Amino acid sequence: MTRGDVRRAGKRVALYAAALAITLFAGFPFYWMLITSFKQNRDLYVGASDLSHIPWIFNDPPTLDHLRLLFGQTDFPRWVLNTLLVVVAVVCITVAVAVPAGYSLARLTGRWGERMGMGIFFTYLIPPTLLFVPFSRLVSFLGLQDSLGALILIYPTMTIPFCTWLVMGFLRSVPWEIEEQAMIDGYSRLAVILKVAPRLIVPGILTVVVFTFTLVLQEFVYALTFISSVDKMTVSLGVPIALVRGDVYHWGALMAAALFTSIPLAIVYNLFIDRFIQGFTMGAVKG
Amino acid sequence: MTHRRTLADREDVLGGVMLAPALAYVILLVGVPFALAIVLSFSNATAGSLSFGWAGFHNYAAILGDPIFLRALRNSAVVTVGSQVLVVILATAAAQVFRAAFRGKRVARFVLLLPWAVPVSLAAIAWTWIFDSTFSVINWTLKVTGLLHGWLYWLGDPALALLAIIIVQAWRIFPFATVIVLAGLSSIPQEILEAAIVDGAGFWRRLFRIELPLLLPVVAVAVLFGVVYTATDLGVVYILTGGGPANTTHVLPTLAFQRGILGADLGQGAAIAVFLLPFLIVVAIAMLRLARHTEVGAR
Repeated sequence: MTRGDVRRAGKRVALYAAALAITLFAGFPFYWMLITSFKQNRDLYVGASDLSHIPWIFNDPPTLDHLRLLFGQTDFPRWVLNTLLVVVAVVCITVAVAVPAGYSLARLTGRWGERMGMGIFFTYLIPPTLLFVPFSRLVSFLGLQDSLGALILIYPTMTIPFCTWLVMGFLRSVPWEIEEQAMIDGYSRLAVILKVAPRLIVPGILTVVVFTFTLVLQEFVYALTFISSVDKMTVSLGVPIALVRGDVYHWGALMAAALFTSIPLAIVYNLFIDRFIQGFTMGAVKG
Repeated sequence: MTHRRTLADREDVLGGVMLAPALAYVILLVGVPFALAIVLSFSNATAGSLSFGWAGFHNYAAILGDPIFLRALRNSAVVTVGSQVLVVILATAAAQVFRAAFRGKRVARFVLLLPWAVPVSLAAIAWTWIFDSTFSVINWTLKVTGLLHGWLYWLGDPALALLAIIIVQAWRIFPFATVIVLAGLSSIPQEILEAAIVDGAGFWRRLFRIELPLLLPVVAVAVLFGVVYTATDLGVVYILTGGGPANTTHVLPTLAFQRGILGADLGQGAAIAVFLLPFLIVVAIAMLRLARHTEVGAR
């Protein structure tokens, strides 16, 4: 082996070591969720000061008890339904409002539209933690306390700004010629919007749906502020708040719930990551 | 083209009509509440009744004389800065790794994205279990490897709890920063790097002299979003420590929630939340400047 070979081999080793370290740090809590979800209680609840009992592996055979508890004896299935209901409603509102707005900013409004687009994007930076106090007043004024209606009303304030921006950016990458040709063929501008544009925007709409879905699944602050009945909770609220009974943590069931919610989100993120990033970098760096 | 121009061809009219619902939503349900947040912070509003009166600077005077608030303000700054320093280091390293080709990269990428995809409240509950005072796997591992002789009460000791919060915030944000930095790396013209290699520049020299300066705007974007996500986050602290032990680990959002929602003192809750504004204004100005001065990441 020459010195060059040794150096190259050293670089490979360093690369794999770094990749392993990063992956372990990112993935370790998920491994922990997985192993906790299927461990028997007597394997789970052994104090960490007992060094002879290795917590990283199954010391007893795996069990499905925690899953049975989660799906059979808790409100988890109910929370999944609530979450899906909110997702569907918020997706409908977001698509109906953000897609036309994005089209308008990309194709119709010219320069002042560009400024307006920036302004709408910046409202995405105003966080729920600044707004939950005034919203609590608004929600009680509307009589929506402790109802999923409050979430359906308020979640679009987070999805509409980002999705308008996404659709606008998406449309800028779609050539204008197809719509132009339709107008030359005698379509009015309105007819182009109603008959030609929808087909062009479909991939953009898909991104909007996915972004909205992930945001609703992840949201915690507003749900915590407005929902107090256990049977009205969403997954991200119910699992950490209502699965803990007093001081009794059912860690197996808790981790199983966290794991089952994470998996679909992780798959979706892997498929759509590039689109989301496009949205973020265009928002902040010149687009 | 013989088509007669009508209202259906007026781009400004159509544009306005299509934009109106989004504008209305944003003005009514972000702009108005935002203004209301500031008005409430000068009021004596409580959750009990809908009417409220002017209280001047009473709420601000009250919280500025409150050691718990001052501690929360300091914690917010410490957690935000601490976690973002970690994020920059981790993300720069991870981006270098994920730019290279290696076996199992697809799996590694899937795992890398997990912390970003998982709902923050569920990640926080998983970390609560990891940091558990009796069953902490971290303590077990440290003790077996001989690194720890006593015992670490992760969430029971104020300094350790703050460290735990910083770790969790860095953990959940660095994948996002990595992906943004990767996007920036791929936009650096290949010729510049090739020229540097021809000139004999090694890995570290290329990293610090060429890539990092060119990446600065993109790293800044990642950090700015990271600052917003950390400074304004409620879930991690609320679930991990609940502000405890003895109110030592509150950050602004959790304290605002405790006083404004649980304590029903809307005025004071709003005043505490208003202290998030400096973080956000700095971020917004920095973003506008970046947008004006850079071309990196342009599409």
